[in-house]
Amino acid sequence: MADPSVTLTVTGGADGLGLPLRHGDCRLTAQPVATASLIAPYPGRVAACSAALAALGLAFPAPGQGLSAQGARIVWAGREQAFLFDAAPPDGLAEHASLTDQADGWARFLLQGTGAEAVLARLVPLDLRAGSFPQGRVVRSLLGHMPLLLIRAASDAFEITTYRSMAGSAVHELGRAMRATAARG
Amino acid sequence: MRIPCPCCGWRDRREFTYYGHETFLHRPAPDAGAEAWDDYLHNRENPAGPTRDLWYHDPCGSWVVVARDTVTHAVAGGEGLA
Amino acid sequence: MSGGWRIPGRGAEIDRARPLRFRFDGRDMEGFAGDTLASALMAAGVRVVGRSFKYHRPRGVMTAGAEEPNALVEVIEGPQQTPNVRATVQELYGGLQARSQNRWPGLSFDALAVNDFLHPFLGAGFYYKTFMWPRQFWERVYEPLIRRAAGLGSLSGRADEGEYEKAYAFCDLLVIGAGPAGLMAALRAGRAGADVILAEADTQLGGRLLADLPEIGGQGARDWLAGVRAELAALPNVRVMTRTTVTGAHDGGTYGALERVGLHLADPGDLPRECFWRIVAKRAVMATGALERPIAHPGNDRPGVMLAGAIPAYVNRWGVAPGRRVVIFGNNDSALSAARALTAAGIEVAACVDPRPEAAVLEEFPVYRAAQVVGTRGRMGLHTVQVRHAGGLSEVQADVLGLSGGWNPTLHLACHMNGRPQWDDRIAGFVPREGMVRGLTAAGAAAGRFSTSQCLDDGARAAGEALAAMDMAAPEVTPPAAEDAPYGIAPFWAVDARGRAWLDFANDVTTKDVAQAALEGFASVEHMKRYTTQGMAPDQGKNSNTAALAVLADATGQSIPETGTTTFRPPFVPVSIAALGAGARGKGFAPERRLTSDAQTRAMGAPMIEAGLWYRPSYFPRAGETTWRESCDREVTMVRGAVGVCDVSTLGKIDVQGPDAGRYLDFLYTGRMSSLKPGRIRYGLMLREDGHVMDDGTCARLGEGHFLVTTTTAAAGQVMRHMDFVQQGFCADWALRFASVTEHWAQFALAGPKARDLLNTLLDQPVSAESLPFMACQPVSMAGVRGRLFRISFSGALGYEVAVPARYGAALFARLVEGAEALGGGAYGMEALNVMRIEKGFITHAEIDGRVTAFDLGMQRMVSAAKDCIGKPASERPGLMEDGRGQLVGLRPVDPSDAIDAGAPLYTAEAPARAASWQGHVTSAGYSPTLQGWLALGFLAGGRARHGEVVRIHDALRGRKLMARVCDPVFLDPEGRAMRG
Repeated sequence: MADPSVTLTVTGGADGLGLPLRHGDCRLTAQPVATASLIAPYPGRVAACSAALAALGLAFPAPGQGLSAQGARIVWAGREQAFLFDAAPPDGLAEHASLTDQADGWARFLLQGTGAEAVLARLVPLDLRAGSFPQGRVVRSLLGHMPLLLIRAASDAFEITTYRSMAGSAVHELGRAMRATAARG
Repeated sequence: MRIPCPCCGWRDRREFTYYGHETFLHRPAPDAGAEAWDDYLHNRENPAGPTRDLWYHDPCGSWVVVARDTVTHAVAGGEGLA
Repeated sequence: MSGGWRIPGRGAEIDRARPLRFRFDGRDMEGFAGDTLASALMAAGVRVVGRSFKYHRPRGVMTAGAEEPNALVEVIEGPQQTPNVRATVQELYGGLQARSQNRWPGLSFDALAVNDFLHPFLGAGFYYKTFMWPRQFWERVYEPLIRRAAGLGSLSGRADEGEYEKAYAFCDLLVIGAGPAGLMAALRAGRAGADVILAEADTQLGGRLLADLPEIGGQGARDWLAGVRAELAALPNVRVMTRTTVTGAHDGGTYGALERVGLHLADPGDLPRECFWRIVAKRAVMATGALERPIAHPGNDRPGVMLAGAIPAYVNRWGVAPGRRVVIFGNNDSALSAARALTAAGIEVAACVDPRPEAAVLEEFPVYRAAQVVGTRGRMGLHTVQVRHAGGLSEVQADVLGLSGGWNPTLHLACHMNGRPQWDDRIAGFVPREGMVRGLTAAGAAAGRFSTSQCLDDGARAAGEALAAMDMAAPEVTPPAAEDAPYGIAPFWAVDARGRAWLDFANDVTTKDVAQAALEGFASVEHMKRYTTQGMAPDQGKNSNTAALAVLADATGQSIPETGTTTFRPPFVPVSIAALGAGARGKGFAPERRLTSDAQTRAMGAPMIEAGLWYRPSYFPRAGETTWRESCDREVTMVRGAVGVCDVSTLGKIDVQGPDAGRYLDFLYTGRMSSLKPGRIRYGLMLREDGHVMDDGTCARLGEGHFLVTTTTAAAGQVMRHMDFVQQGFCADWALRFASVTEHWAQFALAGPKARDLLNTLLDQPVSAESLPFMACQPVSMAGVRGRLFRISFSGALGYEVAVPARYGAALFARLVEGAEALGGGAYGMEALNVMRIEKGFITHAEIDGRVTAFDLGMQRMVSAAKDCIGKPASERPGLMEDGRGQLVGLRPVDPSDAIDAGAPLYTAEAPARAASWQGHVTSAGYSPTLQGWLALGFLAGGRARHGEVVRIHDALRGRKLMARVCDPVFLDPEGRAMRG
């Protein structure tokens, strides 16, 4: 029989990685993911998904788009899919889309500082200039060799999300790029 | 090399995985016979000039038919399958 | 200049208040901040800086730039040494240590200089003609001999511990080169609001302006440059990158560029040595200037012979005189300009030698018209120049001879996409054509427009065209007035006189070698190049290719355009492999995927092995165990007798949902998944469309329209890509979607007769054998945490896999290990897992290696006859279902004390181990403590009909020979009683 005294403690995806990290004016912090559902509308059901998401004040996002309302956030996450953060999927959504719980699969970080764009230019093969990648824009790309969901949170801040299992490597790579960028002053 | 993804726009080639000529989209009927299946699986032109081939954009999961030129290396465009 | 080589009042780039000590070939010397190693050596009176490649002749500094063929040195930093560093590019820093190359024991006496006396025998093709026989000498004598003599610098033999960097940049306009043309282009585009990257290889902006100091817009060149620099710095849309050489033009407007970041600093701190940039530009202006070419005349390689245009560079930039008496030998007007500049700087010009009959004569120095330099003298440095002229032969005392055979536009980048330049008689050189690289325009000297005024105008023009092409407004600019002297040149390549005349200094190629190549039939430029090694040294022929082409044209009786040009390929300057692969060393090579159990696993002392990118425990050593085998045997015995726990989270998990999910999976898998009942699991095979097995795994039906499929660890990415292709390519309108949930779930296998006992200590609602039968699944709850439970087994023991969200993984693993140990079990690793699956004949990618069909595996019955699936039509091709194919079998040694190695080939027992008697190979092997002997799986021709037969295993690679008996691949519990119990 189960031992009632047993509890299962929680380990965060970025635990034990030495965060926050600071080099020069750049700071890397962990941004725990509380809830995350991946929503993938069935063919022809994007409008129906948006209708269901209206209960949260949201709609299904276009590629590169992120929307937020009432503390919930929906973020484009790849071909015909989006992450719903910080809210449970509304009723009726499952009829129009596949829903998977992804909250524990991802580690999220915030990279902030005037050098943040230069740090990412060492790891991400993307045009990160503000004109091409404005605040609020979402992209899927690579962080070195790692999967990446990148959001420009502010002119000098980026939300970096990658596989939980690769969080250690992500911090290592970001730390190295931060150190070298800071050394350039 | 830069390749256009229908979802994400122009991206560096390192974000893509190559598959082969767009022939792979034209799967014969199961009973089409050995010759049709041989052509589908193995027989390809080797064009000096325009070609259309399949690339997978790993970050977003889109398969893309890329129109490009094997002589000039110019990439004319890319479209999704569906 | 009395005594020293520095020139008072000259040398704007050095800071005389900041002397720097450095060391060259063990001698302490002093230069100034702002010096290059070359200018500092020159100021220290060092004339000989290296020995030549083949003849080991003493050589001096030839140029003032990256094209330097002679002054290649080793830079030593602690235990590291970097070979073939161009002293003309290396900036001086305090404590710099450099060493000359290709000499032994020293620069002034070099044993291999004997080669120089043997030169009549060492001409083009010497290697091919000499080292041919006797044949036995090839490997034992000739190769070691050639290897010792070959190459220039040497390596430390240690791994490079330096930090390197790579980075991406994007812009509207990339301006390559910051001479007058590049600066005007950057200014115009910058003022127009375009995003501009201005890449300059030198330490500062200016290009030739820094050496020639012409007047621009009524200002001195340096004042004008200061104004431009300030304006560019004030434009937020212009990014100026100095010390950055654009190395290649690539597809899609991508340019490679190498930035020297920390190489010029005594203490770079956290700065990387170099950064390799990938710059993506909508348009590019190639304002790379031009490279002066020497003239081939006898004795033109003596230290003190250099390019005419390099002399004012040393004088005006670093305030150093390369010598006290200079002779200039040139066929064009720029040579005269150089001579005038030297006179103005107070350096004596002893003579100006011009092969043109119409050369100007009214100068402050003697000018020899229709004259040529026919020889030089001076053992370790020039002291006499022999001039042949209408009046006979004169000997002129000089310690510097400046050569100018004209200027070659630096058009290498334009040729990187296979474009060919065209010959321009006006400048007697090649110029780029429009459109050689899409989006790239040449401007200024790079386009063959040489006056300062032409360069300024052309830079503005090129920027205007680029802006128009990008649909950006291009406000008019008026370039400042500047010198606009016509460029007069009469082609002149080689002096016809006795003695060796060098073309390629770095590779010791003379005019005679090129003529010899033509004579021996290597008359095409590409053949001549390879036969003589012309243009194959670190400078890649920057100084010599055009002249070599001219000499070849002369030898073959063709014109230069008919002779052609060699192909320029990236990189334009040498790029260290370390910079190209920056960040990829050590932990940067590939991301590490770590399990939620990783910390505890390592704390338990388990050695980790890589499985794809994942790190998994090999085994968990316990006190007293000294070898991996002891731990592995104990872990297998523990599972077979009690219970073991293993983290299996690395298996790919793909969640498939939707009304058409079952239909889709039927198309993907060989078996039918749509008939699976909710709460049940089925084993499945996926084929590639060519009929071979791609992957295997389980498919669990969690609900009516909800499946969870697993993939092997190694193939997870490939399967996801394949599933996307099938869905997007063939059934995009079906109502289903799928997503990888591998990362979300931590999953642990519990295996062994006590697995259920262990499980029930955790489950909020216990399970029984009946409530959850074999190949069933259900949601569960543990300490209030919701998870999933699958009754599956990869060990053949009674087995469960329990999954929880990853945040609980570490805690659950700790609890499971503790619980298992209390029951006489514990954690087990990959070694034990492998042994147990071999005992059961379960396959992995060691078996499904991409060449194997379901038929070969004995799984043909899993390919449903009632439906189509990916790979099924092709799998039915006759060649893929023949009895003679390798079929999966088990193997056991005839002598129980023998061991078997995976990979070993199988032969028929009667015949010797030869290709003709080859029968297959071993795929997996391991020692089974359960069955007390080695077991192996393998593919044997027609193996299913050969159970009981003895085959020969002869592993020549590892020197193991044995006989083995063929058997069924399932060694243990073939009825599966244990896992069903």
